[in-house]
Amino acid sequence: MENVGVKDNYMLIQRIKSIGCFAVCVLLAAVCLVPLWIMICNATHDGFHLSVNPINFIPGGDFRVNFRNISEGEMAQFPDFNVWTGYMNSLIIAGCSTVLTVFFSALTSYGLTVYNFKVRDTAYTIILAVMMIPVQVTSTGFVQFMVGTLGLANSYIPLILPAIAAPAVVFYMRQYMKSSFPLDIVEAARIDGCGEFRTFISIAIPMCKPAIAVQAIFAFVANWNNYYTQNMIILSDTKRYTMPIMIQNVLGQDKHPDAGAQYAAVALSIIPIVIIYLCLSKFIVGGVALGGVKE
Amino acid sequence: MASTAQSRIKSISYAKYGYMFIAPFFIVYAFFQIWPLINTFILSFFGNGDAAFGAEAQEFMALDNYKTLLFGGDDRRSNALHDTFVQSFINTVILWVGNFIPQIALSLLLAVWFTDSKLHIPGQGAFKVIMYLPNIITAVSVAALFMRFISNSQTSAANIILQNMGNEAIKFENDPAWSRGIVMFIQTWMWFGNTMIMMMSGILGINPSLFEAANIDGASSGQVLGKITLPLLKPMVVYTLITSMIGGLQMFDIPFLYHTAAGDIKDHLRTVAVFIYEQFRVGNNVHSPQYGVAGAASIMLFFVTAILGIFVFRMNRDQDEARKKAERKALVKEYKKQQKLAKKGGLE
Repeated sequence: MENVGVKDNYMLIQRIKSIGCFAVCVLLAAVCLVPLWIMICNATHDGFHLSVNPINFIPGGDFRVNFRNISEGEMAQFPDFNVWTGYMNSLIIAGCSTVLTVFFSALTSYGLTVYNFKVRDTAYTIILAVMMIPVQVTSTGFVQFMVGTLGLANSYIPLILPAIAAPAVVFYMRQYMKSSFPLDIVEAARIDGCGEFRTFISIAIPMCKPAIAVQAIFAFVANWNNYYTQNMIILSDTKRYTMPIMIQNVLGQDKHPDAGAQYAAVALSIIPIVIIYLCLSKFIVGGVALGGVKE
Repeated sequence: MASTAQSRIKSISYAKYGYMFIAPFFIVYAFFQIWPLINTFILSFFGNGDAAFGAEAQEFMALDNYKTLLFGGDDRRSNALHDTFVQSFINTVILWVGNFIPQIALSLLLAVWFTDSKLHIPGQGAFKVIMYLPNIITAVSVAALFMRFISNSQTSAANIILQNMGNEAIKFENDPAWSRGIVMFIQTWMWFGNTMIMMMSGILGINPSLFEAANIDGASSGQVLGKITLPLLKPMVVYTLITSMIGGLQMFDIPFLYHTAAGDIKDHLRTVAVFIYEQFRVGNNVHSPQYGVAGAASIMLFFVTAILGIFVFRMNRDQDEARKKAERKALVKEYKKQQKLAKKGGLE
C-alpha cells in the first residue's frame, strides 16, 4: 500500500511539473504569435478606428480601403508601392539566386567528392575558411567595385550572380554526398558510357534531392528577406524596388501615417513567407540544425 | 589489383572534370567576395570620396583612417567620427549581450524540457514550428511591425494607449534604455527558436543510455542537467556562442530599421555594421560615400571577428587541458603517496 502511495505521489509531482512546463511553452508560443495576429487584425481596420483602439484581436472589414491607401488616395503612404511589383522583383531575385545556389553548390560539392585531384583538399579547406567571413566586412569594397567601378547601381546582377558561390551550402552538400552518395554509381554510369556532366545531372542531382530541397528553402528565404545587400545596390529605380525596400519606404512615411495602410503593407509582406513556411515547416525545422547562419 | 588500377584510371583521366566542376564557384567567389575584401583593404588606406561621384580624387593616406577612428584627430570632424565609432562598438556589445543571454537561457530551458523523456509535453512539434516562425519573417517587416506597436510616433499603439489613459506620449526611440530594450527584445524574439532547435539537436546527439543510467541510479532532473546534459552540450553551446558573437558583431537590420525617420540613426542604437553602412552607402543624403573610413572600420571588424573566434576556441581547449593536467598531477601524487606508504611498510 505504502509503495503505491509513493508512486502516486511521484506521478503527481511529474504531472504538476509537466503542466507547469506546458504553461510556459504556451506563454512563449503566444508571445511569438500574438504580434502577428494583432497585425492581421489591425490590417483590416481603418486608420481612424486604429487611432482610438490601437490593438485589435478581432478582424474588421476595411482591408480593401487600407490596401488602396498604401499607394493611392489622399493619404497615400508611398506612391510607388505596388505589391505585385514588389512580389515580382523579390521573386525574381530570390528565385534566380536559389536556383544558382543549389545547382552550383551541388556541382562544386560533386566535384569535391567524386574526383580526386591535386588541389581538392586545399580547395575544400579554403571553402571552410571563408565560410565565416561576414558580408559586412566585404561590403565596402563590394559597393565601391559594383556601383563605383562597374556602374551596376539598380542592377540585379550583383544581387543574383554572387549566389553561385555559397560556401555554407557547399559544405552541407559535401557532407551529405560523403555520407549518402555511393561512388560506385559513378563507375557504373561510366561503364555504361554516360558522360561526366550527364552523370551529375541525371544521377547525382536526383539522388541528392533531400539535401537540395532543404538548402533551396533556406536559400529562398534568406534571399527574400535580404535587405542589406538589396538596399545598397538598388538605389533609385523605384520600379526595381523589392518588397523589403518598399516596406521600409512605406513605414518611413512619418508625416501623415495611416496606421491601417501601414499594417496592411506589413501584412502583405509577411503573409506569403508565413504560408510557405507553414507548408514546408517539417523540412525547415528539421534543416535548421543541419547548417544555418545565425545572427 | 583491379581496384588500384581503377583508381589510377580515375585519378588520371578524370581530374580535369574535378577542376571544371569547382571552377565556377571559385571564379564567382573571387570576383564577388575575395576581390571586394582586398578592395576594402586597399580602400582603407586611401582618402574618402570617389572620383566617379564627383568627389575629390583619392589620395594615399597610409593609416590615417585607422588613426582617426581609433584615436580621433586634430579637427572636430575626426573627433566626432572617433566618438561615433567607439560608441558604435559599445552599442554592439551591449545589444549583443542583451539579446544573447535571454536567448541562450530560454532556448536551453526549452530544449531540456522538450527532450526530457519524463516530462511529456504535448504538442512539441507545433511548439517548435511556432517558436521558429519569427525567424523566417523579413527583418524589415518585423521592425516595421514593432514600430507600429511602440516607437516615437504619436500614433504607435503604446503611445495611443498612454494618451488614452491621460499620460504623455513617450519618445521611445530617443530613450537609450527603452530603445535598446526593444531592440534586444526583437532580436531575442526572432532568434530564440533557432537557438532552441540547435540545442535540441545537440541534446538528442547525447548517448541516451547515459540518461537511462542516471535515471536508474535515481538522479534528479537537476543532477542530470548539471552533470550530464550541460557538460556534454558544452561544444554545442560554445559553437552557438561563437556563431552568435560573429553574428552579433554584424548586427544590422533591427538596429538600423528601428527608426521612425529612416536613416536618422540614433547614437545609442548605431552598431558597427550600421556605422560602416552609413559611411559607404551611395546615395546617402548626408554625405558622399566615405570609402576610406568604411574600409578601415570593416577591416577592424574583420580582425575583431577573427580574434574572438580564435579566443573562444582556445579558451575552451585550454580549460580542457588544464583539467587534464590537474587530473594527471593528482594521479602522480597518489602514486607517490602509495609508494611512500609501501616503502614505510617495507621498513617496518
